[in-house]
Order: sequence, then C-alpha cells, then structure tokens
Amino acid sequence: MNTVRTIARLDVKGPNLVKGIHLEGLRVLGQPEDFSKFYYQQGADELFYQDVVASLYNRNGLHDLISNVAKFSFVPLTVGGGIRSIEDIKTMLKAGADKVAINTAAINNPGLITEAANTFGSSTIVVTIEAAKQSDGNYLAFTDNGREYTGVEVVSWAQRAEELGAGELVITSIDKEGTGEGYDYDLLEQVTSKVTVPVVAHGGAGQLDDIGKAVKYNVNALAFASVLHYDFLKNNTPSTSSKEGNTEFLKKGMAFGKISPFSIEQIKSYMVSHQIPCRTL
Amino acid sequence: MRNMTNIKLAIVDYGSSNLYSVINACKYFGFEVDITDNPQMIRNADAVILPGVGAFQQAMKNLERLDLIEPIKDFVESGNPFMGICLGLQLLFESSEEFGATKGLGLVNGTIRKFPNDLEKNFKVPQIGWNTIVDPKNGNWENSPLNSLKSEEFMYFVHSYYADIEDIGAISSLTTYNGTNYCSSLQKDNIFATQFHPEKSGEKGLEIYKNWFNSF
Repeated sequence: MNTVRTIARLDVKGPNLVKGIHLEGLRVLGQPEDFSKFYYQQGADELFYQDVVASLYNRNGLHDLISNVAKFSFVPLTVGGGIRSIEDIKTMLKAGADKVAINTAAINNPGLITEAANTFGSSTIVVTIEAAKQSDGNYLAFTDNGREYTGVEVVSWAQRAEELGAGELVITSIDKEGTGEGYDYDLLEQVTSKVTVPVVAHGGAGQLDDIGKAVKYNVNALAFASVLHYDFLKNNTPSTSSKEGNTEFLKKGMAFGKISPFSIEQIKSYMVSHQIPCRTL
Repeated sequence: MRNMTNIKLAIVDYGSSNLYSVINACKYFGFEVDITDNPQMIRNADAVILPGVGAFQQAMKNLERLDLIEPIKDFVESGNPFMGICLGLQLLFESSEEFGATKGLGLVNGTIRKFPNDLEKNFKVPQIGWNTIVDPKNGNWENSPLNSLKSEEFMYFVHSYYADIEDIGAISSLTTYNGTNYCSSLQKDNIFATQFHPEKSGEKGLEIYKNWFNSF
C-alpha cells in the first residue's frame, strides 16, 4: 500500500512555535512541545521542525527541543534550518531526529547532499525547496526561509537533488504559505511528474478539500501548519516560554482569515472517506 | 519480564544513524542500554539489538572493521534474544544486490533486492512512510513480539531494498509496496527482525518492544 502521510509542520524561532504568512511576519503561538504532544497523540504520521532563523544566525537551535520531543513522540522527526555539514547532521540525529532537511546549504554546496546521503543513507536526507512563481510562469528557488533569491529553477533543481542523493523533497510554496488558499497545484504537478523520490507538499492548506486536490498530483505526504496550530489554539490555552517575539496575535484573540482550522483526526477521516490510503490509529 | 536492571541489553554501534530512537524506545521501558562496538560486550550481553539505516555494503565494512561479525554470529548461536531493525534485518541475509553483490551475515537464507522505481506507475523509491503488516497465516503471531497486534496494523518504513527470503517458514509478516509483496518481519529461533521501525511506529510500535522485552 502507498499511503499519504500527514505531517505536522512546526516553525520554531528561539523557544517559541511561530507562524507567518509567505514565511514572513512571524507570530508567536506557544511552546512547540505542547503542540508536538497534541499532534503525536492525535496520530500525526511525522513531525517536521524548521528553525526559521537558523540560516540567518548560522546555527540550528533545535537540539534541545528535538531531544525532549524524542522522549515522548515515537514517530519520525525531521529537522531543518541551518544544516550545513556532516557534523550538523550528526548532532541532529544524536538529538533524536530521524531525518534532516537541507535547503540553503544544498543550493550553495550541492555536494553536501551526496556526501550526506553516502554517510547516512538517502532516506535520512530531505531537500527542501522554497519555490516562488515568477511572472513568466516558471518557479525559482529561494533560500534562508524565503529571503534570498538564488535564480535556481525549481524543477531542474528538484531533479538534480534526486540525482545527488536526496531521499525526499519538501516543496514549499512561498506564494501560498500561511494564506490558506490551497497548495500550489501547478508547482506540485511540475515537480512530481519529474522525480521518483517521495514529494511532500507544503504551504497553503486551508480547507479539508485541499487534501483531495493535492493528492491528485501524486504527492506522497502533506504538511500542515496553520490549520493544525489554530485548531490547537481553539481547544487549548497556549503558553509561551518567554516574552520574546510578537505575541500580539495571542493577546488580542485570534482571527484566522481564510483558514478553517482542522485537526489531524479530521484529516484522517477526510482521507478515509475519500479513499485516500493513509495510516489510521 | 525479568528485573530489567539486571538485564544486559546491548545495542550494536557500528556507525548507523537511527541508534538514538532505538535507545529512546528502550529507555521508555526503563532499560539502561549498552551502546557498544566492543566484541566482548556483545558476546556477554543478555539481549542484543542490531539497528541500522543506510547502505548495506558500508554497514558490512564497518562490522568487519570493528571485528563484530563473529561476535554477532556467536551471540545468535547462544540462543539469547536478538532483534534486527531495518538494515539490521537485511544484514542477516546471505547477500545484497546493492552495489553489485555484497555478502551479509548469512543467518537467514535469501537476498536483499532493490524496489523497482517507475515514474509512469508512480512507483517511488525509497519507501518512506506507513504501510500495513499482514499475518501470512492466521494466528502466526501468537509466539512472536507481534502477539498483541492485529493483522494489517500500520508501521513506519524507510528503505529502498527489501528481503527476498528463502526461509518461508521464518516470515512473520508480509507487506506490499510498488507491487512487491515482501517479508517485512521475520522470526527464526531466537532472532526477531523487522524491516519497519517499531520505535517510530507510534504506540503500536512500542508494543512490539514491550512484547519483545516480556519474552526475556
């Protein structure tokens, strides 16, 4: 059976879970541990952590978080952000990560993908591509959480990353990310029609029907952030670990725009009722 | 389960990458583990886990370099509980077709082969994700660490190669991926091995560890 995975995506800045729109304007939502526990118990197939300021500061600060989460959450954990060397990967695997996701360093030094795949196995190495549509209809890859222009064309980069040894690709749509307008289906189709490694769709999920649409383009996994986080906040009292960051969103009460929050349980029952093969508890 | 503090549980450390999630699962059940590449510690252990993610050939080279091949075979010979996980299952076989042919430990008869990938058929390799494990004959799991599970339970898999097993009687569970029906766990005397990662398969996966520990 080829099942579609449901991945809870947690963007982390310092001690806090954050969420932006188009990867920008980050709002503090609470402590990542609380959200992680909730998603694990609800049946998330995987947890994906991105240190959104790691490339900026040249380090991944998620070591302690991962090592805490790995003690109670027995599903795959993937960590991205600021992974630049074999040593960085070792550190994250030692902390309890199962896979690492590389974007900036992969573009700057593609040889790292091959070296990492040879050392740890392809399936440990995920390449993340942050894509933005250009006026000519082509997609270009960005780095540093969508901040840096590279001029690299997305589809050929995806193929190259596979050749270099990436075991999986996470395709993030910068245009859709945080908007709740649905995934960028054109982007997904362009990539999945050209690669044979698993593809994770990320950025834009806002309604349950977005799942059915994305699956038509042969994606192997769907990442969800805002919809799940806002669902958590509807049902739980958030705690923030520090005063650091923009907490206005939490203080003022929350407005979710186009996003209709839903839970992992709702995702799974949607998939089951639409004959999308998936893991059920 | 015997008093767990008296049990010497060794995890073979040969440079593989999923060691830490296996350690976390053991610690979850209160086991202090010896993470070791010391041949004597492996020979003297009460129970041994051979984990693994990555390349077969590299793994065999590492085991050879660390002088661990004979100690592992001796341990299995002793009749004490031995568990292989993922690459730790594959290494038990006679050979792998990865990078030409590489010899394995030869404790189970069969060959490790690559999944077919095919863009037309949407066959993706590696398999990264959840898949079901099926009991080949009803009631097979009675005396196995799978005994508390029902057939078709979901487990987490990460692999590009699968076991083409000749010891049909040793098959504990079967799984289908990309049209290939293969052995996803096996039991042969004191050996229990899974292609999937029980330590990454949620609460149901943890049950497998618990059942294995209870069999000591």
